Amino acid sequence: MIKKPNRLPSSLDSELIIKDARRELELAMPSRRLFGKRALTLGGLSLLSGCEITDNESVNRMLTKISRMNDGVQAWLFDPDKLAPTYPASMITRPFPFNAFYGEDEITEVDGEAYRLSIKGLVANKRAWTLPELRRLPQTEQITRHICVEGWSAIGRWGGVPFAGFLKHIGADLSAKYIAFRCADDYYTSIDMATALHAQTQLTLTYDGEILPPKYGFPMKLRMPTKLGYKNPKHIASIEVTNTYPGGYWEDQGYNWFGGA
Amino acid sequence: MNAALPASPPSPTATVHPVWLRLTHWINAFAVVIMILSGWRIYNASPIFPFLFPKEWTLGGWLGGALQWHFAAMWLLAINGLAYLAINLLSGRARRKFFPLRPAAVLHDFLQALKGKLQHASLDQYNAVQKLAYLSVIADLILIVVSGLAVWKSVQLPLLRELMGGFDNARIVHFFAMNFLVLFIVVHIVMVALVPRTLLAMLRGR
Repeated sequence: MIKKPNRLPSSLDSELIIKDARRELELAMPSRRLFGKRALTLGGLSLLSGCEITDNESVNRMLTKISRMNDGVQAWLFDPDKLAPTYPASMITRPFPFNAFYGEDEITEVDGEAYRLSIKGLVANKRAWTLPELRRLPQTEQITRHICVEGWSAIGRWGGVPFAGFLKHIGADLSAKYIAFRCADDYYTSIDMATALHAQTQLTLTYDGEILPPKYGFPMKLRMPTKLGYKNPKHIASIEVTNTYPGGYWEDQGYNWFGGA
Repeated sequence: MNAALPASPPSPTATVHPVWLRLTHWINAFAVVIMILSGWRIYNASPIFPFLFPKEWTLGGWLGGALQWHFAAMWLLAINGLAYLAINLLSGRARRKFFPLRPAAVLHDFLQALKGKLQHASLDQYNAVQKLAYLSVIADLILIVVSGLAVWKSVQLPLLRELMGGFDNARIVHFFAMNFLVLFIVVHIVMVALVPRTLLAMLRGR
């Protein structure tokens, strides 16, 4: 029922490496780069940017610790009542960019009829949800900016179920710390409860008025204009309410966990 | 610690740079180098213009690593910068060192410098070009922090976001402010190389 793309287990940022390589091919200026390389070696500055510092275990531990501290700062900075800006339909980015940790030809295809959203953890009603059931819940729409950790941004139009209402409907423990998401494309991530209850956090079922296409996460994704793109999982298979830190696909490799905008 | 208070003509042994100034200068230099090198790596993940920074010149190894460096060193840059500004303004040093500053004096000193005639009678007193350069780079660092905050927290800090002309524009402002900083550093290092005793003064105070 769920066709998973064939991939090597990705211990590193394979997608980013491919992207880097692609850019190198498009943009590389060999002579200038070689000159730069030599100038830098002459200056002995390579020590500053070389592997020594980046690979040092204690330095990485310190950086990870500061990143967790920044999670706390961002949670403190997060205003549950502050809304991300919304835009007119004329400002929607077309085509809206596809982005994932795999290529566009490897998009996971989920069978909508067989789809069951499973509910786990600190929830009163753990009954699984079918797609028609989700579509029958009250829906809202938003035209908001999606900000990628890489730096680009794009404006899109998403429709679906406000997540706060859904969590209350299933009797989730709203005092729990985390919501963890597991996805059909093997992606996983997690968010804080404050953001989960934010008015613009949405279980997204449509894009631009149409059923959410596979490239944007069919049958359902999570949309949060208050967080960076990698915090917005696609092809969601399960939702778990928990007090145990769940981490995430990119977060476990070094991306900041809170990832707020 | 002897704060420089040049009421009388400074003696050769008088302190040019007090300890707090030397300390904040070198902490700032360290933080700025980390911010620029990791920033170049972050830029490369989604370049604004059709060029990339050579990988060998960047810090962090990959985007996630560069972001960790950037968001760690930002604390050093901001806290150290605030301490520098506070002491500089409250002690009256900023006013004594950087003012008065008149356009005619800047032009005059700039032309003198081009002719190689600018005298360094005393390291204790900045010429008009120095005054302008240092004030500009302080303003530039403030702009870097403000535009950086607008990029980092564009939803939570709407005032800064609008001030910078939106999220995408804040990135462009951040990028050009970095360019100005790099330009300053290059000129600064060249000038120090031409007048090496300025480096001694920034290390031992006189």
